[in-house]
Amino acid sequence: MFKLTRRVMLATAALMLSTSAWSAGVVKVGVIGPFSGPFAGAFGTPFRQGVETYVATHGDKVGDTKIEFIYRDLAGPDPQKAKSLAQDLVVKDKVQYLAGVVFTPNAMAMAPLVQSAKVPLVIFNASTSVVVSKSDYFVRTSNTLPQVTVPVAKYALEHNVKSVVTIVSDYGPGIDAEKAFASTFEAGGGKVLESIRMPLSTSDFGPFLQKIRAVKPDALFTFLPFGPPTYAFVKAYNENGLKNDGVRFLGTSETQESDLQALGDSAIGLETAYFYSGAHDSAENKKFVAALAKLDPAAVANPATVSAYDGTHVIYKMVEATGGKADGAKAVAAVKGLAWESPRGPVKIDTETRDIIQNVYMRKVERDPASGKLVNREFKIYEAQPDYGRLAAK
Amino acid sequence: MQLIASILVDGISYGMVLFIISVGLSITMGLMRVVNLAHGVFAMLGGYVAVALAAWLGLRPELAAALAIAVVAALAWPLERWLFRKVYGRGELQQVLLTIGIVFVGMAAVGTLFGNGLTAFTLPGYMRDTIDIGFRVLPKHRLAVLLAGGLVLLGLWALFSRTGFGISMRASVDKAQAAEALGIDTSRVYRYGFMLGAALAALGGILGAELLPLEPYYPLKYLVLFLAVVAVGGMGSIFGSFAAALLLGLVETASKYLMPEIASIMFYATMLLALSWKPQGLFGRRA
Repeated sequence: MFKLTRRVMLATAALMLSTSAWSAGVVKVGVIGPFSGPFAGAFGTPFRQGVETYVATHGDKVGDTKIEFIYRDLAGPDPQKAKSLAQDLVVKDKVQYLAGVVFTPNAMAMAPLVQSAKVPLVIFNASTSVVVSKSDYFVRTSNTLPQVTVPVAKYALEHNVKSVVTIVSDYGPGIDAEKAFASTFEAGGGKVLESIRMPLSTSDFGPFLQKIRAVKPDALFTFLPFGPPTYAFVKAYNENGLKNDGVRFLGTSETQESDLQALGDSAIGLETAYFYSGAHDSAENKKFVAALAKLDPAAVANPATVSAYDGTHVIYKMVEATGGKADGAKAVAAVKGLAWESPRGPVKIDTETRDIIQNVYMRKVERDPASGKLVNREFKIYEAQPDYGRLAAK
Repeated sequence: MQLIASILVDGISYGMVLFIISVGLSITMGLMRVVNLAHGVFAMLGGYVAVALAAWLGLRPELAAALAIAVVAALAWPLERWLFRKVYGRGELQQVLLTIGIVFVGMAAVGTLFGNGLTAFTLPGYMRDTIDIGFRVLPKHRLAVLLAGGLVLLGLWALFSRTGFGISMRASVDKAQAAEALGIDTSRVYRYGFMLGAALAALGGILGAELLPLEPYYPLKYLVLFLAVVAVGGMGSIFGSFAAALLLGLVETASKYLMPEIASIMFYATMLLALSWKPQGLFGRRA
């Protein structure tokens, strides 16, 4: 089986080389993401909007080369399907670049294929630390969990939070976040009073929060999959009197823009650390938000939209460096160390890890007096944060 | 002591939420014996219609909720007339196929109309606060659910044991031919029963939305929850559903306090135990 795939790969590579002359002038990019299903709202739609916003503001050509995007729907974590979609894109559609990917297992499954076909994959999400190291052709423009979690722990230590209860959903990313937070916080002299792991299917969070209330920590640190669990958790945080008791809420992606308005007033005052806020105050972000609104007035600028927008920038730079010819190694080498001003702030592709180095912002949810909408207002910057997960693994 | 009190308060209030979101199903599936996997669609529609009415017409939340329940019941009429009626007498497989189809159509329709994200129903102000019950606080919304659940239970008990409609309903389900021979218009009884089930589903969707937030995947995501309550309670018994909801709510809540990691396992373990002890459900009658 393995040998067979190898042969297919080699044939693919050969085919690509032989056809590249024929298709000169057009470079195809295959974007894989959940364009339907439960993750479309938070990821699939923002992916597409991010790419389209970039194309709308920068044109669909790099030099003489026209860039074409092909979208493929992958609704959830499904490694087998991820692999076959990527293979189809490379073999049948002859794409020179792959992009997108929400879930870590999907990215992992694509690594061997990407490696042997030498097709660069720009990851728009899949935020487990280890992913990028799985292939020399992976580049990531989103974030890693430790990258955004370590700054929260630092912030807590700097702001008089002495004791914390960590409360996370009982799955991979939740446990990663719990560990990253606890190790930084305890190393700095803080105390983790209790670590609660909640079943993923929980809908009534009241009992967990009553338990925390009894322990009386200075703050709770949480990680939940966003959408319904975050909604119910934030409601329960308010309704069980933790906010009134002064137990601070520390988190990361919980208040991301695609769900923020639905959270309502109960979200006001929540403190989170993340790499992008729709309310980021910079000329670059204003331009981006305006271009996005022109494309679709109902669109919400989300971390996933920006990751896709920046990912498209990386692909354009790769095409520029290779002059539209298929040369994966040269393309990836060209973007190592690439630095630019993103809507999220200054960013850089790490020369060694191909991960993104970026500012992580502490934000507080508040109601914007001008628009009347809830926003993540940035009030503190942790500059040029690396992926702490990779650093710790070394 | 305080721990036990907390478990009781949270467990009963969570159990009431479970009861209120699945009581509609205990009518359509429990009493009328239609394997109605589309229950969640009606619940979700109730929530979404209430949100839409409140937003578009600027109605008060209570009024929007009441209207939404009426709208869903009205919507159930043509569905019953042209779809569900065709599978009443058929095998369970046909009923499953039809109703799961309705689930997919409902999810796609709601996703297209309202977007794939989360939608929140804004409760009236007096339900949003918390109330101090001495040793801790409780969301007022839970009190509203407790009250509504109690009223629904009482109302249904009165309806099914004290009115002519209730008697016709039970007769039509158990002995359709005999009921017809006695001059009961069984198709009318079924239609009203089905509309009642849909209306209660809508009520549950709206009142339960604080815990089970509205999103297009609602009908599939919580299907097991609804089915668990009705199955453990026993088909054909409203009281059974009520007892099962309280039991499951209490067990899950207690394990959340004591052993959080296995809270959802405890929910299903209770279900397994209850059904192995009484395969017909706690208060089930043989069909």
